Amino acid sequence: MSSVVLITGVSRYLGARLAALLAADSSIERVIGVDATALYQADLLHLGRTEYVRADIRNPLIAKVLAQARVDTVVHAAMGTIRGAGGRAPTKDLNLVGTMQLLAACQRSESVSRVVVKSTTAVYGSGPRDPAAFTEEMAAAGQPRGGYARDAVEVEDYVRGFMRRRPDIAVSILRFASLIGPTIDSPLTRYLAMPIVPTSLGFDPRLQLLHESDAVEVLRLATIDNHPGVYNVAGDGVVYLSQAVRRAGRFRLPVPAAAISLVGGIVRNSGVIEFSAEQASFLNFGRVVDTSRLRAEFGYTPRLSTEQALRSYLDGRSATDEVA
Amino acid sequence: MDEARVIPLHGRENGDRPARRSAPRRGTTPKAEASIHPLHNSDTDSEAADLPATPVSAVPAWDRRIADGLAFLRRRLAGDYAIDDFGFDPDLTENVIIPLLKPLYDQWFRVEVNGVENLPTDGGALLVANHAGGLWALDSAMTAVAVHDHTGDGDEPGRYLRMLGADLLFTAPGIGTLARKAGATLACNPDAERLLRGGELVGVWPEGYKGIGKPFRDRYQLQRFGRGGFVHAALRTGAPIIPVSIVGSEEIHPVLANVKTLARVLNLPYFPLTPTFPWLGPLGLVPLPSKWYIEFGEPIHTSPYGAESADDPVVLFDITDRVRETIQSTLYRLLVQRRSVWR
Repeated sequence: MSSVVLITGVSRYLGARLAALLAADSSIERVIGVDATALYQADLLHLGRTEYVRADIRNPLIAKVLAQARVDTVVHAAMGTIRGAGGRAPTKDLNLVGTMQLLAACQRSESVSRVVVKSTTAVYGSGPRDPAAFTEEMAAAGQPRGGYARDAVEVEDYVRGFMRRRPDIAVSILRFASLIGPTIDSPLTRYLAMPIVPTSLGFDPRLQLLHESDAVEVLRLATIDNHPGVYNVAGDGVVYLSQAVRRAGRFRLPVPAAAISLVGGIVRNSGVIEFSAEQASFLNFGRVVDTSRLRAEFGYTPRLSTEQALRSYLDGRSATDEVA
Repeated sequence: MDEARVIPLHGRENGDRPARRSAPRRGTTPKAEASIHPLHNSDTDSEAADLPATPVSAVPAWDRRIADGLAFLRRRLAGDYAIDDFGFDPDLTENVIIPLLKPLYDQWFRVEVNGVENLPTDGGALLVANHAGGLWALDSAMTAVAVHDHTGDGDEPGRYLRMLGADLLFTAPGIGTLARKAGATLACNPDAERLLRGGELVGVWPEGYKGIGKPFRDRYQLQRFGRGGFVHAALRTGAPIIPVSIVGSEEIHPVLANVKTLARVLNLPYFPLTPTFPWLGPLGLVPLPSKWYIEFGEPIHTSPYGAESADDPVVLFDITDRVRETIQSTLYRLLVQRRSVWR
């Protein structure tokens, strides 16, 4: 029975939603949210009885928090897709060094019995040699080039090392597909919100989406019970990017592959989305994962399919458009 | 061919030329039966009353076509259609890709099909065929049309052949995406097994680049059949293997030479020179109008071997050889039977 839960990345969407849910759950003794960035007051109200610790997980302070509060479950949800104000290098630093510090603290802790790590299906990379659907055992056909995907691969490596050193701790690695929903701010929601959506000429990637509520629910289930192992988490079914853009009522601007990094640069400088080499190849080939292990072993079937998740996002967006 | 081999020159029926017989379409018979309605039968009167007053054929065909076309356009523009995990888009395939290939199939290559009774009406099966073409691997597209044409039942659309393609196909802009939408996916064991488990008809051309790029003098000589990966997938899933022999496809772009240096520079597996390509520019891409025969052979059942035999190389090589021999001997038989390349 988990009683004291520590959540990293509580300023981000998933961390905050999870903290709010756990705070409302009376079987959980304490919820501690950690983040290096300040929370807005409104966010604090939503989080209920969550205790907020403003700390950088790269700082050894985190070990003290673990020990003093006798934390038994650590949820590492801080791995970020959207880069902060400082640019790419600090994000990478936060992702990698932060994970190392956190895992080091967990390794020395006597109270921690469960670790949940939020990862991404981007670890499988994206390319022409990809199988139609990745299962958890498969590795990327080519090493993901840079960006967030590379961070995620390295973070998972650290986690595997940690699992070897502390086999008594139940570790879940949750690989989330592209997140979407009416309230979440993800690279995909930013991308589809552009009035004209630049796509790669001659390519149409397959997208598999995960609704925000399903992502939070899987995180919550992994937090309150032991589900050791690696799980792909994604909604049923697939849509083509062209389909998604049409359903969103946007226009596509197909750009030749050679120019896509140039466009990417412009987009990047405008601060809309991060556009790394890995995302450029994602725009060509997309990625689909097999979720049968999630259903069979984890025991969860995402409530919203890819199409329903997209619909939910689009409905939510048109609602906010009307308000504005 | 170093060794003498007895090749049955005539089909199963003595003296009959099965290649000449165009197999009857499955759709025709039930349709003809359905049109005979007992008009004055007290038992079925109530049913007869439910039938539309005018037969369906009386509705102007063009009217319906326009309505269907508009409905299709509306679906496409709204993105309101479903695809599967592999990216197969049945809506596009049924309404655009197959209708576009149909004239090529009917008028240009005048494809004649044998052995449609060997195509299962449901459940998975692995179709293995010879590969040629030089520039275009049109044999895969034509096989897909043949399968779709001969498995349909009345208004029910036929089955789709899910083709396994090389990675180069999916690297290419435009054509790779189109191939995926038409049902192709990467030729790798996980994909083949996933499709077969899903009960799909899967098409594989194990000769690969060696097949499509082979010189004209080697036409209808099967190249090496990969490493038997396709047999592995069939054994693992217990799906039957249907050998498919295609005659006519190996004359559409006679490869006279292969410019290896240019191929290396362009990062292609081969660079063919044909009588028309690249001399005539884009016109050189037009295939020669050879007469085609596609024969679906008798299924080779893999389920008796059991899934665990997939890891037994002896079984693997044995079945691979059997499939190869069947296709090769059928090719020789069809070649002897045909009157000319063009008719």
